[in-house]
Amino acid sequence: MADDTAADERGPVTTLATPIRLDFDFTPGVAQSRFLRGLEQGKFMGQRCGVCGKVYVPSRGSCPTDGVPTIEDVELANVGTITTYCVVNVPFAGQSIEIPYICAQVLLDGANLSFMGLIQEVPTDQIRMGMRVEAVWVEPDQLTPSLASVKYFRPNGEPDADYETFKEYL
Amino acid sequence: MPESEALHASHHLEYPYSRSVGPVIGAFLTGLRDGKLFGVRGSGGSVIVPPTEYDPTTGEDTGELIEVGPAGVVESWAWVAEPLRKHPLQTPFAWALIRLDGADTAMLHAVDSGGPDALATGDRVTVRFRPAAERIGAMADIEAFVPEGGAA
Repeated sequence: MADDTAADERGPVTTLATPIRLDFDFTPGVAQSRFLRGLEQGKFMGQRCGVCGKVYVPSRGSCPTDGVPTIEDVELANVGTITTYCVVNVPFAGQSIEIPYICAQVLLDGANLSFMGLIQEVPTDQIRMGMRVEAVWVEPDQLTPSLASVKYFRPNGEPDADYETFKEYL
Repeated sequence: MPESEALHASHHLEYPYSRSVGPVIGAFLTGLRDGKLFGVRGSGGSVIVPPTEYDPTTGEDTGELIEVGPAGVVESWAWVAEPLRKHPLQTPFAWALIRLDGADTAMLHAVDSGGPDALATGDRVTVRFRPAAERIGAMADIEAFVPEGGAA
């Protein structure tokens, strides 16, 4: 029954692969679906709270402050301000971007909530809070309802935003 | 698609864990890869299969490895009429506690008996390994147990 042919070359077993895999069907809900469908059309869609007037992007469908549904859709600008950032120098498993790269919170003009984006076309030692950036999209025929439609943000050449204009969004 | 309808997408989340198995379980898994079944001598003299580094009763170190099987006795079993994707067999089978010849404890594995009527507690079953070239040092190196001398 037993054969010792190939066993010796491989040496004793010291490790065991025990992958854990979860397969699930994800739905982002109606509000975030609008945001994602906006991305498919090359634009950022948010929602405004009817009570406090703040614009959330992406919207979760309700205002976390006032607890009311956000029903007014708002198209936001393609430009925004870096509120804060991080230069990633550490390699990690599954990394898809060559290091070093910049990860930043971008506050789109007209929005009251920043979201995370990749910053390119600027040396890592020149990134700064308040820098004005614009979204660079994938080619029109490659747009999908996903943030992958936004290739990255890059400086758009405008003067830096005044700290007072974004200090509430850090 | 109406604008109000929510999107959905299938997601897969996988953690590619790799465990260090230690000297005793490592020897057991190496045995499986070689097409052999090993237990270990506990401090009280009993043979524990699968082997452990410590005697579960006394907590003391276990002793030498002892080859067991390849056949044994079904101590308990449950029939799986509709196997799931991650089950060891994709045809109906039994999960069974099998006490291998020479062992004092039972080991959990699948029994491919063909049907629930062809299996009973106390039946003798024997191991069916995967072909040597497919064995990697894992429990799945045992394809299943089958009734001793049976046709399954």
